[in-house]
Amino acid sequence: MEKKISILVVDDFATMRKVIRNLLKQVGYENIVEAENGEAALSVLKSRKVDLIISDWNMPTMSGYELLKAVRADDELQKTPFLMVTAEALKDNVVQAVKAGVSNYIVKPFTAEVLNDKISQIFKKTAS
Amino acid sequence: MDVRFINPFLEGTMSVLRTMAFIEPRPGKPYLKKNNVAQGDISGIIGLTGDVRGSLALSFSERCIMKIVSNMLGEEIKSMNGDIKDAVGEITNMVSGVARKKLEGMDLTISAAIPTVVSGKNHSILHVLGGPSIIIPFETDHGPFVVDVCLNA
Repeated sequence: MEKKISILVVDDFATMRKVIRNLLKQVGYENIVEAENGEAALSVLKSRKVDLIISDWNMPTMSGYELLKAVRADDELQKTPFLMVTAEALKDNVVQAVKAGVSNYIVKPFTAEVLNDKISQIFKKTAS
Repeated sequence: MDVRFINPFLEGTMSVLRTMAFIEPRPGKPYLKKNNVAQGDISGIIGLTGDVRGSLALSFSERCIMKIVSNMLGEEIKSMNGDIKDAVGEITNMVSGVARKKLEGMDLTISAAIPTVVSGKNHSILHVLGGPSIIIPFETDHGPFVVDVCLNA
């Protein structure tokens, strides 16, 4: 997998976006764009090509779950890999996200290595 | 408060700070707190509802939280800015998430509200149930912080 892929990081907390950006940089990903909620993310997705979406679940305006459903319902965006970030691995949430077509999910807190593994798993699945 | 409910918050705190900030906090002996004065300079507080009701607060000394956030962001933070406030909310949220996952293993389903952050010397921590609360004190190489939990369990 190319580390030059473009990644959209979606989180309502600017600090958390910085944290994820920092973790991604530690494992070699530099091409990163950001959005502060699902709506802003959709605007970014309409204006440029993104290879992977990493989105927080809990956000005001449009949650990560609503963004996931919007992406999967859009003819142009529906195949974009989607990694959901959540502070809680509660069973119901995981089942809900899988049913909506999430590519993978990651539970906070996580290290750069775990994030890298999750991304690699997504692209291995996509390639097979 | 049932002491079995202390460990998920203690372990959650250690896990979050170890993973996200590369800091190994050293827990002290828990004690009962009967007033609402915060033990630190900035605190995150989050309400919990479901099979157990109450609230969780994390209260950090200035030096401690600046080091934690510096490590999380990979850049040195020299003042109590907006990044610190955001990070305290996010850390509180993450600790609550890890603790709730552990409590789910005890057949307890608990939801969390959105965290709020309060700062300033001698600020108040207003628990949903009013108190008293259990304090778990922690030491780090960069100063102290506490976990302050008040549950109806």
